[in-house]
Amino acid sequence: MAYSSGRMLLSQSDGPVSRFRAWVFIVVPLLAIFFQVYVPLFFPILNFIEMPLLVVVYLSLTQRSQVGGLLTGALIGLAQDSLSKNPLGMFGICKTLVGYFAASVGVHFNVDNTFIRLLLSFIFYLFHQVLYWVMQRMLLAQQPAFDYQSWLLFGALNAVVGASLFHFLDKLRAAA
Amino acid sequence: MESFVNRYRNLTILLLVIFAQLLLLAVQVKNDQDVRIIRVWTVTAVTPFARIVELLRGGGVGFFRNYILLHDEDAENRRLRAQVGQLKLENVFLKNELNTAERAKALGVFQARIPSKTLAATVIGTGAGSNAKVVYVDAGSARGVERGMAVVTPDGIVGKVIAAYPTASEVLLATDADFAAGVVSQDGGVRGTLKGQGTPLLKIDYVPIQEKVQAGQWFYTSGDDRIFPRGFPVGVVRAVRDAQPFKEILLDPVGLQHGLEDVLIITQGVHQDISPTAVADQPVYIAPPPPDESKPAAPAAAGASPPITEADKLRQEYQASGEAQGHKFGSGESGPPNFSGIGTSAPQTVPPTPAPAAVVPAAAGPKPANGATTKTTDSTRHSNQVNGEPAGSKKR
Repeated sequence: MAYSSGRMLLSQSDGPVSRFRAWVFIVVPLLAIFFQVYVPLFFPILNFIEMPLLVVVYLSLTQRSQVGGLLTGALIGLAQDSLSKNPLGMFGICKTLVGYFAASVGVHFNVDNTFIRLLLSFIFYLFHQVLYWVMQRMLLAQQPAFDYQSWLLFGALNAVVGASLFHFLDKLRAAA
Repeated sequence: MESFVNRYRNLTILLLVIFAQLLLLAVQVKNDQDVRIIRVWTVTAVTPFARIVELLRGGGVGFFRNYILLHDEDAENRRLRAQVGQLKLENVFLKNELNTAERAKALGVFQARIPSKTLAATVIGTGAGSNAKVVYVDAGSARGVERGMAVVTPDGIVGKVIAAYPTASEVLLATDADFAAGVVSQDGGVRGTLKGQGTPLLKIDYVPIQEKVQAGQWFYTSGDDRIFPRGFPVGVVRAVRDAQPFKEILLDPVGLQHGLEDVLIITQGVHQDISPTAVADQPVYIAPPPPDESKPAAPAAAGASPPITEADKLRQEYQASGEAQGHKFGSGESGPPNFSGIGTSAPQTVPPTPAPAAVVPAAAGPKPANGATTKTTDSTRHSNQVNGEPAGSKKR
């Protein structure tokens, strides 16, 4: 946490760009996907956690590169699609857009602030859910419920989890 | 272009990635009609362009062909005109065929329902004279047609046979100036003599001025002329004027209204009752119902209206004499009966005529052996017709 709360708005030239080792971009997403598909088997109560989404948000925010963010989101989303019953591209498109917008936000804002991270995690979770709901209706001709109350609740929980996760992942950045 | 891509590099890559994943989705997903979305999108995207291209191509080619080249258009136009003309002719022919078939059917129904024996005939020609209202029909003496027989249609009377040839007959129409027939009003109160005038309207003569006749009133054949059996529609009154010493009544003939193609020649007439309802209220080709066979008495047989002419009396005497000898008229099984006692003995009792009893006019009845009497009747009728008066009018 090298930045004070008084310098939350930064340009890309003002703030440092996070550097990770290459294995971080591979292992962390794989672990997130593994968590998403494996942990709820034993702890169904943790099914609400959208770990790949949180990883995409974190990596995109910290990279501050829109291309990097969207590619990260696309790859993680396609990988998640591969392990789900959905057609390939549903999570891919959603996470591509999330990665792009998260990177765009990371360019202009100091995203090391915990409150900002909470807020962004909450917003991107809602954005991801709404976009996925729209795509289900438009592309798959399904009629999913617009369960905004659950989305708000799970968005808040994911924000808390995301803030904790981001703090942990910051250690990797610092170590790098 | 390159600077544009470089300027919006991130956005371009985003769109490309999104588009690629959309394509990936479209390849996998099928719509509710089991068609992959990629096909739907492709067709939807391509079809409008194809339509526009085809529209431009077709318009251009059509413009080039229709407005620039114009070759063979004139020949094609003439060919189509000729084809249209031929189709019109075929259409008219088929309509005529249909009309003829309907007329023949109606004629058959009418022929079966009227008590008189009739012979169907078709008009095959008209008279050569400009003033003569005559037609030729394809039934002649070979089929039993004789001079003086009445000619009718389901609508009404047409005329009478004035000459019977072996294969054809000449029919004098009711509109001819030499035509005459006895008529009676629908309620039976007014009797007169129908005369042709050479015009489309007929004239009823010899109606006293004190008689009440109104326009729209129907007239039927009275049977007095010994040509037309009683009860056939003649026409409807169009105009009535008082003149001295008789009324001047103009009649619109109904039998000639629908043209002449098929007619019925009455070979053996049977008098009918005059319908109390107006003919106009009835279907055109439906004849009055036949007499009820359960009722024992038609007016003539019951004696309500006994024969009033000498010919009728003579015919009944011959008929009674033949039946007393067990002879069946018209069968030809036995030899001719012996009529020698007729006229010398006392009048015989007339047996009841089997239903439907009717009075058969002498012209159409069985020929009596005494030819002199028949000749007298024919000559009397002929003289009446030449004078423009039916036989009945002379009696009156």
